[in-house]
Amino acid sequence: MKQTISVLVENQAGVLSRITGLFSRRAFNIESLAVGVTDDPTISRITIIVDSGNSVVEQVEKQLNKLIEVIKVRTLEENQFIGRELVLVKVNATPKTRPDIMTICELMGAKVSDISPTSLTLELSDTPDRIDTFEAMLRPFSILELARTGVIALQKGNGKI
Amino acid sequence: MKREFDSAKKLYTLSLLVKDIPGVVSQVSRLFSRKGYNIESIASGASKEPGVTRITIVIRGDELMIDQIAAQCRKLLPVIAVKVLDNESSIQREFALIKVKAKDLNTRSEIIQIADIFRANVIDVSRQTLTVAVFGGSDKTTAILDLLKEFGILEVVRTGTIAIERGRSTIYDETKLKEEYNYGKNVL
Amino acid sequence: MKIRATQAIMECLLEQEVDTVFGYPGGTILNVYDELYNYKDKIKHILTAHEQGASHAADGYARSTGKVGVCFATSGPGATNLTTGIATAYMDSSPVVFITCNVTEPLLGKDSFQEVDITGIAMPITKATYLVRDAQSIPGIMRQAFAVAATGRPGPVLIDFLKNVTNPTEMIDYEFIPWYENRTWGSVRELSESHGLKAPEPDHEDIDILAEMIAQSQRPLLICGGGVVRGRADKEFRAFAEKLDAPVAITLMGGGGFPGAHPLSTGMVGMHGSRASNLACNECDLLIAVGCRFSDRVALNPKTFAKQAKIVHIDIDRAEIDKNVLTDHHIVGSARRVLELLNERIGQYDHTDWKEHIIPLRQPQVAEASETLTPKQVLETIRRLAPQDTIVATDVGQHQMWSIQYFHFDYPGQLLTSGGFGTMGFGLGAAIGAKCGNPDKVVVHTTGDGCFRMNCHELATVEHYGLPIITVVFNNGTLGMVRQWQNLIYKKRFSETTLDRGPDFVKLAEAYGLRGKRVTNLQEMEEAMEEALCAGCGYVIDCVLDMDEMVRPMVPGGGNITDFLLK
Repeated sequence: MKQTISVLVENQAGVLSRITGLFSRRAFNIESLAVGVTDDPTISRITIIVDSGNSVVEQVEKQLNKLIEVIKVRTLEENQFIGRELVLVKVNATPKTRPDIMTICELMGAKVSDISPTSLTLELSDTPDRIDTFEAMLRPFSILELARTGVIALQKGNGKI
Repeated sequence: MKREFDSAKKLYTLSLLVKDIPGVVSQVSRLFSRKGYNIESIASGASKEPGVTRITIVIRGDELMIDQIAAQCRKLLPVIAVKVLDNESSIQREFALIKVKAKDLNTRSEIIQIADIFRANVIDVSRQTLTVAVFGGSDKTTAILDLLKEFGILEVVRTGTIAIERGRSTIYDETKLKEEYNYGKNVL
Repeated sequence: MKIRATQAIMECLLEQEVDTVFGYPGGTILNVYDELYNYKDKIKHILTAHEQGASHAADGYARSTGKVGVCFATSGPGATNLTTGIATAYMDSSPVVFITCNVTEPLLGKDSFQEVDITGIAMPITKATYLVRDAQSIPGIMRQAFAVAATGRPGPVLIDFLKNVTNPTEMIDYEFIPWYENRTWGSVRELSESHGLKAPEPDHEDIDILAEMIAQSQRPLLICGGGVVRGRADKEFRAFAEKLDAPVAITLMGGGGFPGAHPLSTGMVGMHGSRASNLACNECDLLIAVGCRFSDRVALNPKTFAKQAKIVHIDIDRAEIDKNVLTDHHIVGSARRVLELLNERIGQYDHTDWKEHIIPLRQPQVAEASETLTPKQVLETIRRLAPQDTIVATDVGQHQMWSIQYFHFDYPGQLLTSGGFGTMGFGLGAAIGAKCGNPDKVVVHTTGDGCFRMNCHELATVEHYGLPIITVVFNNGTLGMVRQWQNLIYKKRFSETTLDRGPDFVKLAEAYGLRGKRVTNLQEMEEAMEEALCAGCGYVIDCVLDMDEMVRPMVPGGGNITDFLLK
């Protein structure tokens, strides 16, 4: 089962490798990871998605709480949060195929961020599922390069970490 | 001639393609912490091939240090490709979710206005809050955060920057440097 | 063919032509040791007194033979005891495969008995770590591990098997593939496809540029680094040096890469380097460093190091280029291949004037007569009485520097020393490994009283396996190198460096069932050495030396390479 964990940490060297170490030590693979500073520049927020059982995540959560640099940890419950991801994708585009690609973009709400005679670079922010769909739609045109941010998540409504 | 390295500290973006195995992020991030450098942002997500993750790291440093870290990254077995991107020749985007206090109708419409100017979307509403999604360069996120501060920000989460080169060139392109890195890694 | 998982581990070792492993059993690795029992006529296991000893022995075996060393240990403390040995191998680029076992999968990450995240701990000190959770992956991982350890810039690799993977009921598919096939094709092929790796053929344009630089140069200097030794490129290096007719400075790790007694050799370079080598660095106009990483003990101050010269760096590891010293030109490739290509490219040069200026600065090392024993006398006696191809394993400190200054090493693997990591207690383990790998050669272990105390329990291993290793203890009753610094830099405040304590090393040797002798003058030393050489068993010579002997010359750390603190 996929689990989303939000962690607030002090923004300093080495925190990230300590946290990721807690996962690799148990041989868990991190599916996605996003780190960015919060409104307070001394604090970063890390969003981690792992595919593993409940008890395991609970264990990791406890271990995370023990780290001095970690301020707060929260596992987000399913359907209780908004998860979004950003993708940049460079796709092969000839004058002939360009209109088709543009149509897909319009349907999905993606933007064109760069253009060259033989390629288009697109950006889209949406739920991971929709991004998967977008990727699948573009695949026939041959994807040259693709970068995803990893999911970030906030609880729905008033609740906060 | 000796190579000239720019000694001014500025932001550099490293793009890495890595094999999706346990411990790989920890292996990469440890290279930075070993030298005592703090990562400004890191984003790790899928790439175009299954089983391969693309990690984008933004770090403040001088050119020599970036060159060193790129070379060290390249030596790690799960690392397939490394490329240092500069701001001019690449597109850099990040994505942020911001939860703001919005008690009455007035503040709510004010926030929606600000969101519109920044082309941000309101993606969740409750009686007392609004959640805004914004994407663009990291300075754009900072700007909207500044404006929303007066309403009271409940929480913020940012993805960290991802980057892709402008034009046709990609991380997969062959260079002499890349070949040199490969020798350091392995093979008879 | 279906075989047991543990059987596959042994078969994979045989594929790699491993005939000797070093190690220490324990709870989680029991299944592997149980299988080893079936293979005891094919794989010889050396049981050491401590896992650290085993790690150094595997390292010494690898350094002296050029093959990959193998070391076993159990989970938890067994694994962490290896870490010093792993780091030692990593810093000196020695190919060793460390095999540990961990707890069973359900116990992983629960702070179970003797559990430790050894793959996490070893990550910064290995080329690669593998955590094996699936028995089917054993052959693939074992082959890749050996390939990674041995190829490119060699180095240690750690494989951690979960105990359930080694369960006797685990059966897997296995097919024998000899190492020369699987290392080139099997696992590395997969690796090279996924990473787009190619065989490291140096860039021919780079070679042409260097050939042109050589033609322009009046005062070239060569540095022979550890890469020449690890890459077994000694013949090519010698041919190159003779063609170029240039002085050759040798780094600590480069000992054995170029004959120490060769007329072009200027001796060691760096902190305790010879006057000739260090001055040459500051006077040459072209400095060609082969397989050397310009460590802070060689290029003491990277800003002033050879700044008048054009620096050319030949190294297999791209990450070393421009790391410590900025270079004018570099060639990435194996030392052997690059030098081969260079030798084809360049003609015979003559740099007589330059040579005549530099080489006489290297004063011959002669031991003056004295009533009490001096380090020079000890080393000269060994040099005179032991065969020229004797393998020398050292520990770390004054005796290490003296040994390297006085002995001449002729072939790669003749000198075993912990250069990068400076591990005290490395020598005896390494000597055990070297003797196991080279039973026909004499092995001398030089050590100080401080270092020897750290791992002297390995004398039990020396005795049990009947290894005639000669241990020469430079017993000055102090941590000599630290005292030297205290003497020169810390105003003679000898804080915690005096070792006026037991044991009596001769009695210690006897307690372990070996022979020993204490010597206080040259004549006794000669007698002891002669006796040791024909003793047929381990022998400890306890040399009583003066406390305030110093290693000369000496340049302080971070200083200019010619600012000698001691001449």
